[in-house]
Amino acid sequence: MSSMRGLVQFIADLRNARARELEERRINKEMANIRQKFKDSNLSGYQKKKYVCKLLYIYILGWNIDFGHLEAVNLIASNNFSEKQIGYLAISLLLNENHDLINLVLNSIRKDLNDGNELYNCLALHAIANVGGKEMAESLSSDVHRLLISPLSKPFVKKKAALTLLRLYRKYQHCVPEEWADRIVSIMNDPDLGVVTSVSSLVLALAQDKPDLYQKCYGRAVFRLKAILIDRQVQNDYMYYRVPNPWLQVRLLRLLQYYPPSDDPDVAAGLLDVLQFILDVVTEPLRNVQQSNAQNAVLFEAINLAIHIDVGPALMDKIVGKLGTFISSRETNLRYLGLDTMAHLAARAEDLSPIRAHQATILNSLRDRDISVRRKGLDLLYSMCGYQNAATIVGELLKYLEVADYAIREDMVIKIAILTEKHATEQRWYIDTILRLISVAGDYVSDEVWQRAVQIVINNENLQPYAAHTLLQYLKGPTYFEAMVKIGGYVLGEFGHLIADTQGCTPIEQFLALQDKFGSCSAFTKALLLSTYIKFVNLFPEIKPQLIQVFHSYSRSLDSELQQRACEYLVLASLPTDDLLRTVCDEMPPFPERTSALLSRIHEKQGKGEDRRTWFIGGKSGVSDTEALIEGF
Amino acid sequence: MAVQYVILLSRQGKVRLAKWFLTLSLKEKSKIVKDVSTLVLGRRTKMCNFLEYKESKVIYRRYASLFFIAGIDATDNELITLEIIHRYVEQMDRYYGNVCELDIIFNFQKAYYILDELLLAGELQESSKRDVLRRISQQDALEEAEGDEEKFSRLMPYISQIPGLSSYDGSGSLPVPGPGSSSNSFSNVRASRVAGGRDAYYG
Repeated sequence: MSSMRGLVQFIADLRNARARELEERRINKEMANIRQKFKDSNLSGYQKKKYVCKLLYIYILGWNIDFGHLEAVNLIASNNFSEKQIGYLAISLLLNENHDLINLVLNSIRKDLNDGNELYNCLALHAIANVGGKEMAESLSSDVHRLLISPLSKPFVKKKAALTLLRLYRKYQHCVPEEWADRIVSIMNDPDLGVVTSVSSLVLALAQDKPDLYQKCYGRAVFRLKAILIDRQVQNDYMYYRVPNPWLQVRLLRLLQYYPPSDDPDVAAGLLDVLQFILDVVTEPLRNVQQSNAQNAVLFEAINLAIHIDVGPALMDKIVGKLGTFISSRETNLRYLGLDTMAHLAARAEDLSPIRAHQATILNSLRDRDISVRRKGLDLLYSMCGYQNAATIVGELLKYLEVADYAIREDMVIKIAILTEKHATEQRWYIDTILRLISVAGDYVSDEVWQRAVQIVINNENLQPYAAHTLLQYLKGPTYFEAMVKIGGYVLGEFGHLIADTQGCTPIEQFLALQDKFGSCSAFTKALLLSTYIKFVNLFPEIKPQLIQVFHSYSRSLDSELQQRACEYLVLASLPTDDLLRTVCDEMPPFPERTSALLSRIHEKQGKGEDRRTWFIGGKSGVSDTEALIEGF
Repeated sequence: MAVQYVILLSRQGKVRLAKWFLTLSLKEKSKIVKDVSTLVLGRRTKMCNFLEYKESKVIYRRYASLFFIAGIDATDNELITLEIIHRYVEQMDRYYGNVCELDIIFNFQKAYYILDELLLAGELQESSKRDVLRRISQQDALEEAEGDEEKFSRLMPYISQIPGLSSYDGSGSLPVPGPGSSSNSFSNVRASRVAGGRDAYYG
């Protein structure tokens, strides 16, 4: 391994610098030196290489480099391999697809791509895969494709070409025309497993967008899995701690999840054999972590696939059993993945009772030492909640919410709100739970939560007095959260009159409870409360003077919204007749059925990636909950 | 599995290597590095190797004084990514011989080249034990040959003047500073079957 002495010395100098200022000084000195040297047009390739390397080291340390790019581009055009290599490295670190200089490199890349020397081809392919963008996709994809399918290409070039094409495809879908499909799929039969691995990644991306076009890959994937696992057709080189090429297995198993189960009986049987084999592999605690991880990686992917294709009750029982062991495993990674996969199962299964059998362990995971595991526990509980266990689960979640990390609270609040709405068998339980939710974690309660509750109260007449009464009790107590004031203000404004005759709920008491909190609220809430007060003017003429006083004091507010409302309400309240007032403050009509805004929040948060999700959390109806939850009441 | 980035972080939070498979602005990159570093450095041992960060997942593992961090999509297989990281460490170990942090500092180009042979466009390219290193040795050989040629051509005019010197042994590779002296070697990675089931580097 040869190395440039000047570079090594420079790095050693920097490491010897005791303080940051000394480091900075040395760096500035070197940069000035390099700048000077770059002005010299007679600089040798070796020198250029050395200086660009120094710049790269400085860059990796975290300093900004604003020159040297042109020299890097020049290095790429050199005939010397190591200079070229450094040039390409610099490009991949310093530039990205949007940089202006990329166009300058395009021609060099093309030249290297078509060169007779395969190492040069590889450098070019790497460059495209690292910084390729739409322009490169348009101009170079056919060259890359040619390298992929040419019978003269060596395997190591083919696999790089496959992944480079993948990168270009991700940047610009049209660069892979339909005619190429069959040829690409046929490469999955290549004898070199490296090529197969790379091409499978490419096919996976292409098949997601055009499954019919790449249909043939399904059969090939199954037979390849069979060959690797059952027939043990794997060279020694590809064994990873006694697991045959786990990465390829995982890839193929994932690919199969993007297709419905096959109609071909041979293929379907083959797949069942493979899954059976994987599930039967002994999973007692293995001494070697790598072997255990590799095996489990394949196992989890296989379970995900099995959930997807409905393998029949025998296999399913085995799976649930295995997952049950994982969620109480001593290894944190396994608990995490066990919970995650069970959530997947819950999202697809018709019958949740095998999962419910593990409810106690799952509830316990909320108290796990590791936040990652707690999150997964939450997701699973969300997915496995049905009307039978809703009360228990929601109760536990609320208990946990009080001590939960801030990072996880907002997510929990939304989930609890959705669960409560979906599985409430009693309307009052719904209101109680939501209000308790707000009182526990009020500042993590987004507007959608309390607005949803309001919608429900408005649409359900028999709920209205209960809601108003309960809210008033909360408001009279020490409430710290604005969400409570907002929902209280709105509901009392609409339905306060229903409870006005009950003891403790007279109009003046309602007014005082709200007014008490008024001063410490945000402008938005104050505005909401002003509207409540005008409704009170309509409902409770006996406290009109106090209300008018509030309007007066805000008619000069610096906040324009508050000022406007106060003034307008003042006029409205002081009109000679009541007609306008009554019309304006007429009761809100019921809301039309709508999907809960909360559900879309959950789906947003589930994350996207290059590959599509194969499942969403939330029970069988998790995705298609469009029948208004409101209707259930 | 689309790996979004690979970062090698020292325990003091210094970045030793950063490879991005996504196109991001400098500002976005620094934010991610900062956030992820804080998250990873704050983890205790015995916690699982997976974290959630915004809408992606972060897989990490500590090898001696370095944290190897990979950011992946929310849909990707976590355990297999952990083994990609392990494979990378194994390959570097084979190449540098008892690799340690200093090797990656003084020969950072090679660390990048090895990574390029392993991961391309965020996907695993090659899972064979020997293939990756075969490529790197090919490149090294080419580099040596060119280096020799260059030295030879520089010295030619002088050689021909020296009486009696008929051949020149042009194998002058420059000395590499001694990284092996550091006790922070993570070569145990290779062969240990750790008795008792607990791997010293797990977590």
